[in-house]
Amino acid sequence: MKKHAKDMRTAGHKECVKGTAQERNSNQMKSKDIHEKSPWQDITEGNQIYEPATSRGFHTGEWRVSTPVYKEEKCRQCLLCVPVCPDSSIPVSEGKRREFDYDHCKGCGICAKVCPFGAIEMKEGK
Amino acid sequence: MAIRERLSGNEAVAYAIRQINPDVMPAFPITPSTEIPQYVANYIANGKVDTEFIHVESEHSAMSAAIGACAAGARAVTATSSCGMALMWEELYVAASDRLPIVLALVNRALSGPININADHSDSMGARDTGWIQIYAESNQEVYDNFLQAYPIAEHEAVHLPVMICQDGFITSHGVENILLAEDDRVKEFVGEYCPAHYLLNEKEPMALGPYAVSNYYMETKRGQREAMENARQVILEVAERFEKMTGRKYGFFEEYRMEDAEYVIVIIGSAAGTCRAAVDRIREVSGKKAGLLKIRVFRPFPEKELAEALKDKKAVAVLDRSEMFSATGGPLGTEVRSALYGVKSQAEVVNYFYGLGGRDITVEDFEEVYVKLEELAQTRVVKDMYAYIGLREK
Repeated sequence: MKKHAKDMRTAGHKECVKGTAQERNSNQMKSKDIHEKSPWQDITEGNQIYEPATSRGFHTGEWRVSTPVYKEEKCRQCLLCVPVCPDSSIPVSEGKRREFDYDHCKGCGICAKVCPFGAIEMKEGK
Repeated sequence: MAIRERLSGNEAVAYAIRQINPDVMPAFPITPSTEIPQYVANYIANGKVDTEFIHVESEHSAMSAAIGACAAGARAVTATSSCGMALMWEELYVAASDRLPIVLALVNRALSGPININADHSDSMGARDTGWIQIYAESNQEVYDNFLQAYPIAEHEAVHLPVMICQDGFITSHGVENILLAEDDRVKEFVGEYCPAHYLLNEKEPMALGPYAVSNYYMETKRGQREAMENARQVILEVAERFEKMTGRKYGFFEEYRMEDAEYVIVIIGSAAGTCRAAVDRIREVSGKKAGLLKIRVFRPFPEKELAEALKDKKAVAVLDRSEMFSATGGPLGTEVRSALYGVKSQAEVVNYFYGLGGRDITVEDFEEVYVKLEELAQTRVVKDMYAYIGLREK
């Protein structure tokens, strides 16, 4: 690594790589090209994905089987629900909690339990 | 001209590592492989290589660090034995499914318990399903030769799999033998530079490796690994051919000894093949009976077709295993050889023996006795025990 570190960070493995990273990259599949219908031949080795921050596209909220519903009119903005959320799915701005981040809320219901004002109700399903 | 030396198996592996000068070596000591990282540490201290040595706190960390280094774009190596490898278990699978061409110098030793430090294949045989290529050696020369071939196989673009280079604990790892070494520059040319197309430290290509892959992707990923393992067959032979051009020493999936006209054959892996060869020679000299030996070099991928072809017309075959798997039907090699022969509808009688567990000695006389039993078996065609022992004390 010592040997290669400098090369690797600047120009790739200079001695051996043919073409620039961009050229090679253009033939590579992006996460949008890999989906649940992809045949095994199209799944990259090591499940490599040639783009950054693809975890943003992974919505753990899809696992939810029951859903918290925010009743804004009952909410006193005590913010007790915010720190108990295990998935950081209650965004706060300007001192107020906002609508749930349903991309990541797994529907555990802790927020509904902790709310003193009945401002969060759990409903069946997504 | 090759260099004539006398080295132990561990010294030979360390010598090969010096010649290859890999980028990173994370390792944790365990008998009988301890000397390998120890000798490499000496090479580093003496400025012979610029390998980055990582002093890890366990083998679990050693393989994890090797995975991290290799994913980053470095050529990584480690060494271990027995329980050390058992502690790597989780990472062995990750290295293979992440398709990282790591090379592991494995010095085979019995797994606990009872705790035992001697030669036995229970460590690598237990890891036979991890997705690693496994190459075994009979002698120090073969360990060295196999090690030089490891990276060209692992790093081949059609393969990209980790490789385990196995040798028998103490017997080859600590036994000193005459050896022919290739010159440094020729080794460097043979092994080449590691040129990954994709690696995590390439800032021009941000990427992810080994992400979470649920049921929608896992099966396709495993099918891809199988493809790489199948491709490895051809690559192993091509690399061996190139190696032969460099050294004159020929390698394949297995070595056949006096097999052309053989009727009774022993199939074996590792150092005990040398003892078996002596038995074959003695039998042929004394009685003229047609004994032969087939020594497996490549166990993963398993050379099923070639093996079946080599054995199918023999009268009787004894497959010798140096590790238990407690299926209560035989050992790993016995099962796979029998399965290969079933595929070609062979009429050869096949028996399975356990020998050398936990380092138990096996002698030329022991092998001669197996050949006698094979002859009896070929006549009676009655297998009394599919699954017998050599050198077991019994009432």
